[in-house]
Amino acid sequence: MTTNITAGTAEGDGLPAPGGADAGAPVVIQDLSRSFGAVHALDGLSLDIAPGEFLALLGPSGCGKTTALRIVAGFETADVGSVTVDGKDVSPVPAAKRDMGMVFQSYSLFPNMTALDNVGFGLRMRKQRSAERNRRASEQLDMVGLSEHAKKYPHQLSGGQQQRVALARALAIEPRVLLLDEPLSALDAKVRLQLREQIRTLQQRLGITTIFVTHDQEEALSMADRVGVMKEGKLEQVAEPTELYNHPATAFVAEFVGTMNRIPAALLTAGQVRAIGGTVQAQDGTAISEDHDMLIRPEELKIAAVTGGNGIVTDKTFLGSVTRVSVRLDGDVTVKVDVPSTEAAGMPPGTSVEVSLAGTPVLTAERR
Amino acid sequence: MATVTGTEQAGRSAAAPKPALKPRAKPPVWRWVILVVAGIYFLIPLYAALRFAGIKAFPSVLHQAGFTDALTLSIRLAAITTVLTVVLMVPTVVYVHLRLPRLRRLLEAITILPIVIPPVVLIVGVLAVAPGNLKSSDTLLALEYVILAMPFAYRSIDAGLRALDLKTLVEASNSLGAGWPSTLWRVILPNLRTAMLSAVVLTIALVLGEYTMASLDLYQTFPVWIVNFEQSSGPVSVASSLLALFVTWLFLMVIATLGGRRARRTGGSEATLFSQVRRDTGSGSQPPAS
Repeated sequence: MTTNITAGTAEGDGLPAPGGADAGAPVVIQDLSRSFGAVHALDGLSLDIAPGEFLALLGPSGCGKTTALRIVAGFETADVGSVTVDGKDVSPVPAAKRDMGMVFQSYSLFPNMTALDNVGFGLRMRKQRSAERNRRASEQLDMVGLSEHAKKYPHQLSGGQQQRVALARALAIEPRVLLLDEPLSALDAKVRLQLREQIRTLQQRLGITTIFVTHDQEEALSMADRVGVMKEGKLEQVAEPTELYNHPATAFVAEFVGTMNRIPAALLTAGQVRAIGGTVQAQDGTAISEDHDMLIRPEELKIAAVTGGNGIVTDKTFLGSVTRVSVRLDGDVTVKVDVPSTEAAGMPPGTSVEVSLAGTPVLTAERR
Repeated sequence: MATVTGTEQAGRSAAAPKPALKPRAKPPVWRWVILVVAGIYFLIPLYAALRFAGIKAFPSVLHQAGFTDALTLSIRLAAITTVLTVVLMVPTVVYVHLRLPRLRRLLEAITILPIVIPPVVLIVGVLAVAPGNLKSSDTLLALEYVILAMPFAYRSIDAGLRALDLKTLVEASNSLGAGWPSTLWRVILPNLRTAMLSAVVLTIALVLGEYTMASLDLYQTFPVWIVNFEQSSGPVSVASSLLALFVTWLFLMVIATLGGRRARRTGGSEATLFSQVRRDTGSGSQPPAS
């Protein structure tokens, strides 16, 4: 796939290091607020992004993540707050002068230009001569594995190829920051998975500071160094993916990231929670109230097929090595439990099962 | 027209969108019947005119008094009108699409006015308020024609822009370091080529055929000359109008062919008044990414 089409790409591993000494600028977002009429799209967002870090902004649609990215890019202005890149406030700098590469959600290649000309466009705007420009653009196309498609027009490329050209185009200008606005959401599942890995690999090799906006938690968790979960214009939590999954700061994060069961529970003294016949430690075991739910992951529940158990299997979703089994508990609460697929084979819908707690500390939340 | 172009494109990309295939499945008989009926309806008057004028009248048209002047005036008016229309309409419609999308309906309503208001009313109004020095120049008529051409030009360019993801293209261009002039020149205009060509064709066709305004404004444009001349020699007058028709038609075909070829080359994401071809962006129907 990585056919060199110019002699210039032959030396070393044939790959340029966009950014050079400039690669990986630190980005500081401070107290950003933006309202559209009565809607507070952003409400005091602050974020420190380390040089070379891959930060994902995750949240449901309308949470302000795209607005934040567009303010960083210079396509929107903040009502309050500032964006600092490499120690300099970029607020007064127009988008065209910010040196930020951006990949958009919809296909954004210029339909009148070939893949090569698309990639070379930013260099052309920087007054590079045509020979040098084409050489650099070829290198970038090579980097995303599309050098043999250089002469094709966007409509001759598949969706995945178009987004790879768009990525090469964004990287060709050696941007200080790479902005990715849901670049994978228009693609089908298999291509999305491939491109996810490719983006991450490139980003790590180039060490370029990257902000990635997505509503897909799987994408965010699998690609990013840190994930910022947003809700209603505010940052709920910024943490590494494992921290976010295992120790969510709020109930919203807990339920938005990964799958979470809500089971009515009784809070006992000494930070204990009681539900479905078991008692476990609560992560924030200070509040004592009847009106709480236990938040528990599907893999933190145990299940066994027994006659006269506390639940009945209603549905199963095969996920490969594990199967997610839906169980309706007494009291009309449905929970999802991850079971090794070999075991799940013996639990067709209608099977009576006993669901119990695995014993790991759990999160609690106000009952809805 | 749109269906025909759609099928053609689908055949080329080997991934035929289903709606485009449907007309194929129908028996083509009806299409031929409609084509023949419409053809007879349009061609009989032309044939009658040709019979009336006779082939010999054609060469003599070129030597008639006032012919050259009238034709030159019409061509000059067409040129001025076209340039003014494109220069005024393209940036306006682009701006409205990008920054004031809510005004699009209003603009659409405004641009339909020249069709709703009869030219007689327009010209009487214009003559009442136009400054004296403008009244005696070609510019006045050209300015009137700009207004007359507005509905067609607006719709062509609007359709062209709607076929583009304008906002994303402009932002992509901006993020790559292009300012407004570069974005307009290198990104927007090349993708509007077909739409602009169709706007130009319609404007030219309109100017070359307009009679009411020119006549009331006392200009001897080509159509006015044809009518005046008819009183002295019927066959020659009919021959010249046939000639005008043929030249305009030829012109239209040339531009449509050129525009079509360009659209095919760049994937036909452009739209014209005659056809609106959308890019097939569904990744599912495209070859898998390698």
